[in-house]
Amino acid sequence: MVASASSIESSSTSGVIVAEDGIPLKAKLARTTRRTRLRALLLTMPLLLFLVITFVIPIGQMLLRSVNHTAVVNVVPNFAVAIQDWDENDSEYPSEELIKIFVQDLARARKVREVGKTVGNLAVRVNYEIPGTASIFKSAARKVGKFEDENYREQLFALHKKWQNPNLWRTLKRISHAYTPSFYVAAIDRQYDEQGNIVKKPEKLSIYVDIFLRTLWLSAVITGICLLLAFPISFLMSVLPLKTSNLLMIMVLLPFWTSLLVRTTAWIAILQSQGVINNILVWLGVFGDESRPQMIYNQTGTIITMVHILLPFMVLPLFSVMKTIPPSYMRAARSMGGSWLYSFYRIYLPQTVPGIAAGTLLVFILAIGYYITPAIVGGQDGLLISNLIAGHMQQSLNWSLAAALGSILLVIVLFLYWLYNKFVGVDNLKFG
Amino acid sequence: MSLPAYATIPERILHTLYLIVCGLIFLFLILPILIIMPLSFNVEPYFSFTEGMLRLDSDSYSLRWYKDIFTNGMANPDEPVFSKWFADSWNNSQWVRATRNSFFIAICSTIIATALGTLAALGLSQSEMPARSLITSLLISPMIVPLVITATGMFFFYSAAGIAKTYLGVILAHVTLGVPFVIITVTATLVGFDRSLIRAANNLGANGWTTFRRIIMPLIAPGMISGALFAFVTSLDELVAVLFLADVEQRTIPRQMWSGIREQISPTILAVATILVCLSIVLLTTVELLRRRSERLRGITPA
Amino acid sequence: MKKFTPVSAGILLAMGAGLVHAGTITVVSWGGAYTNSQVQAYHKPFIAATGNQVISEDYNGGTAEIKAQVEAGNVTWDVVDVELSDAIRACDEGLLEEIDHSSLPAAPDGTPATDDFLPGTLYDCAVASIVWSTIFAYDKSKMADGPKTVADFFDTAKFPGKRGIRKNPKANLEMALMADGVPAAEVYEVLGTDEGVDRAFAKLDSIKSEVVWWEAGAQPPQLLADGEVAMTTAYNGRIFNAVASEDKPFEIVWDGQVWDLDLWVVPKGSKNKDLALEFVAFSTATEQLAKQASYISYGPARQSSGPMVAKFHNKDIDMGPQMPTAPANLTNALQNDFEFWADNQDQLNERFNAWLAK
Repeated sequence: MVASASSIESSSTSGVIVAEDGIPLKAKLARTTRRTRLRALLLTMPLLLFLVITFVIPIGQMLLRSVNHTAVVNVVPNFAVAIQDWDENDSEYPSEELIKIFVQDLARARKVREVGKTVGNLAVRVNYEIPGTASIFKSAARKVGKFEDENYREQLFALHKKWQNPNLWRTLKRISHAYTPSFYVAAIDRQYDEQGNIVKKPEKLSIYVDIFLRTLWLSAVITGICLLLAFPISFLMSVLPLKTSNLLMIMVLLPFWTSLLVRTTAWIAILQSQGVINNILVWLGVFGDESRPQMIYNQTGTIITMVHILLPFMVLPLFSVMKTIPPSYMRAARSMGGSWLYSFYRIYLPQTVPGIAAGTLLVFILAIGYYITPAIVGGQDGLLISNLIAGHMQQSLNWSLAAALGSILLVIVLFLYWLYNKFVGVDNLKFG
Repeated sequence: MSLPAYATIPERILHTLYLIVCGLIFLFLILPILIIMPLSFNVEPYFSFTEGMLRLDSDSYSLRWYKDIFTNGMANPDEPVFSKWFADSWNNSQWVRATRNSFFIAICSTIIATALGTLAALGLSQSEMPARSLITSLLISPMIVPLVITATGMFFFYSAAGIAKTYLGVILAHVTLGVPFVIITVTATLVGFDRSLIRAANNLGANGWTTFRRIIMPLIAPGMISGALFAFVTSLDELVAVLFLADVEQRTIPRQMWSGIREQISPTILAVATILVCLSIVLLTTVELLRRRSERLRGITPA
Repeated sequence: MKKFTPVSAGILLAMGAGLVHAGTITVVSWGGAYTNSQVQAYHKPFIAATGNQVISEDYNGGTAEIKAQVEAGNVTWDVVDVELSDAIRACDEGLLEEIDHSSLPAAPDGTPATDDFLPGTLYDCAVASIVWSTIFAYDKSKMADGPKTVADFFDTAKFPGKRGIRKNPKANLEMALMADGVPAAEVYEVLGTDEGVDRAFAKLDSIKSEVVWWEAGAQPPQLLADGEVAMTTAYNGRIFNAVASEDKPFEIVWDGQVWDLDLWVVPKGSKNKDLALEFVAFSTATEQLAKQASYISYGPARQSSGPMVAKFHNKDIDMGPQMPTAPANLTNALQNDFEFWADNQDQLNERFNAWLAK
C-alpha cells in the first residue's frame, strides 16, 4: 500500500497513475477485480451446473410437451404432410387421393408395435379433440388391409358414420403438426368449433379456469388468515424479553421442523368425524351423534391444515422486522397525544410493511403450489390446481395437458417470485 | 410485556384479551403436534381419547402401535431368539426398511447439498459477484417452483436418463430441493462476516486453503451445520419427488405414511409421527444452539 | 477392496451356477386382501416350484406408470394386474408385450387354454385371471331393514347417511342410470347420448352432498367399519373378506352390480420378460385360479376352475354364491363395456372432475 502510494505520487506528473511494476493502476485494479469476480463465479459454478442439469433442463423439457405432440405426424406421416394442401373451404372432404394416402398410412401403422407410433396413439390424440372417435380409428385399422384398391373414400365412410363428419377431417388437418397450441386451448377451458374458431367449452366441461381461480382465492384466504394470526404473536414476541420470546419462538419453529405428513395426520385425527373435536362437541351435547359436522375432506380442512403448515413462514419475516422497530417510537407518538389505535396505525404499522410483504408473498407463493395436503384432506372441493396436474400425469395420462397447466402455474409463480425479488429480495429469506 | 402504570381500565381489559388471543394462536400451533403423542399410546385402534385414557387407566395405554412399527411385514414376528427377530425386522418390516431408505437418501443428499451449497454461498457473498441477484434467484428457485412441476419434469428427464426408480435419482432430486436451505442459512452467517479477517490472514502469510480452513470454516461452520440439518429434514420429509421418482425399493417414511393415510389410518402412523416429532425437537434444539453460538462467535449480541 | 483371487472367482462361479435359473420379478397388483389372495395362490407356489423370487407391489390401477416406464425405456414392473379397458388401451398404444395363448397351460382334462378360458377373457396382450364386481354394501348391524336395490343406494330419504363412492366415473355412471330405472341392457346405449350422461350426473348430483370419495380398494371396508358412511360402493371381494376374515357385519347388495375382468399384462421391454410370461402362464393354470378363489370371492376366468372352488380357505363358507357370476347375483347385472370407456373416458373424466369441483 505504501509503495503504491509513493508510485502514485511519482508518476502523477505524467497524468497516468501506474503501479510499481509500471502497469497503469486502473488496469491493474480492473484485472484484480476481474479475477475476484471470476473466483466468485467459479465458486457458484458447480451448483449452477448441477441445478441446470437436475432442475432447469428437466422442467424446460417437460414444458416442451405442452406444445409438442407427435402422434399424428408419427402414425400417419404421409397423410400429415399431404393434407396440408387440402383447402377445407373448397370441399367438404379431402380428395380420394388423400384418403387413399390416409388408408395406406393406417394399414402400415397397424403393424407397428412401437410405443408412440401405434394406431392407438393416434386414436387417443384425436379423441382429445373429438371425444368418442377413438374406436373408429382402431376398428378401421383392423379392416383397411382388406380394402379394394379403388374408391377408398367410399369404403372408409362405409365403416362408420363418424368418418362422414367433415369436422373430423378438418380436425385431422389442424392437428397434423408436431407443434400444436391445442393443449393450451384446452387448459383455459376453450375448444375449437366446427369452423376452427376457438370458443368457450360448455359449462359442464369447464374446470381449469375455475380451479385456477379457486387456487388463487384459497391461497389468498390462507395468506390472509396467516397474516391475521401471525401479526399479534410476532408483535408479542418482539416486545417480550429475550428469554420469554425465545421460548415462544420454539413453539413457532417446532411445527416448522415437523414433517408435513405428521401435521396433516394430526389434523385428520383432530377434525375427522370420529376425531377429537367432534367427540368433544358430541360429548358436550353441541351436536347429536348423528349430525357430526364435516370439518375435513373439504375446503375447511384444506384451509385449516394449510394455515397451520404455512403460519411459521409468515411469523419469521414479520418477527425479524418487528424486532428492529424501537418501542420508543410508539411511546413518543402516544406521549404526543395520539390514541393507541391511531399511533399504531400511523407509526407502527407502516414500519412493519417490509415484513408483511415478505411473509405474504412467501406464503402465497408456497400455497398456490401445494399438492400433498389438499390431496389428503381436500376431498372434492378443496383440491388445488397441482392436484389436477398430478391427476393428468398419473390417471388420465394426458401429459401434454398436464404440461400446459403446469406451465401456466409456473408463469404465475415466477411472476410472484419476481415481485418478491423486487420488493423483498431473495437475500432476505431467513429461517429461525 | 407489561402495561405502564398509567394504563386505563379499558386498556387493561384489551391487553388481557390480547394476551388470551395470542395464547390461543400458540395453542393452535403446538396442540396438533402434541395431541398425537398420547393418542399413539391408545390401546384401541381409534383416533380419539377413550374414557379409560381420560381416567389415566393404565390398561387403556399400550405400546402395541410402536411394536407394530417393527413387526409389520415381518416373516415371523413371534420369533423368540432376539438376534433372529431383529434380523427379520431389519430386513422385512416395512417401516424399518422405509426408515433405512429415508436415512440413507437424506444423509447422501445432505452431504452433496451442503458441499455445493456452501461453495455457492461463499461465492454469492462476495461483493464482486457478477449477476448476483439473478444467480441467487435461480439457486433458490427449487424452493419456490411448485413441487408437482419439479417432480414431473424430473420424472421425464430422469426416466430418459435411466435413473428414475433408483436411489441416485431420488438423491439428486433431494439435493436440488435441499440446496436453497443451505444457501439461505450459510449466506445468513456470512452477513456480518468481517472480510478484514481474511486479509489479515493473508497478510500474515496464510495461503488460500489455510485461510479457509482456519478462519472461514470455524466462522461459517454453525451456518453450514444448520443448513445441513435443513437439507436433511427437507429430504426426510419430502414426498412429491419420491412419489414420482421412487420405486418400492426406495420407499421412504413419508411414502409409507402416504399410503397408510390414504388407505387405512391405523394408530401406527401416529406412533411413527410421535417419533418424528421427537426427532424434530432434537434437530430444532441443535439448530437453536448453533445459531446462538454463531452469533456469539461473530460478536453479534442479540438485542 | 478385497483382492480378486482365483479362489474367490471359483466361489463366485459356483454361486453363479447355482443361481442360473433364479431371477426376480416384480408383480404389481391392487394391494390388501386381493394381493394377499394372489400371494397365497400364485406367488408362493411359483416361488416354491421355480426357485425364483417375486416382489409384490401395490398400486391403485391405471396405466400411467406402465406408460411412463415404457416410454422412458426403463421398465421395472414385470407383471401388472389391470382392468380390461386399461389392458385394451395400453395394448393399442404399444405399451404391452404380446402373450402367446398357446403358452398357457391346458386344463387338467386336456382342453386347450383357448377353449377353457371364458369367452372374452383372452386378448393379444392380456390374460384374465378373475371376474370381479363393483357392488354396494352396508353394515347390517346399524341398518336392520337394509337396502335391497341399487335405487336404494341413491335414496337418502329412505336410507339416510353418508355414501362412499369411488372417485372415478367408471361404474358410478352405470349404477346411477340403473338406479334411475334404465335396464342393464340399455345402459351403455343411454350413456352414449348427451342426455344420458346428463341423466347419470343428475342422479349422482342428488346424493353429492352426502358422498365420501374413496380411491384405494382397502378404503370402503374401513369407511364402513369406522361408521364414516352408511353404505359404500366397493369391490365385492374386499367386503367378502372383511366379513369372512374379520367377522364384520357387512351385507352386499348385488342388484345393479357392474362386473369387469382383471387381467395380467407384461409391460413392453420388461427386463425379465421370459420369467414374467412364465409367471402369467403358471398363475392362470386351472389349479392356481381355483386356489385364489378360496381366498377371495372373485370368479376364476377358466371354466375348469369352477368346479374345483368349494370353501373359503379356513372357514366353512361356500364360495360359489359369493361370486359375481353366481346366477342369483346376476339378475340385474351389467358387464363393463371397455370399448365405450376407451372412447369416452377422457371426456367423462373431465366432466366428472368438473362436476366434482363445482
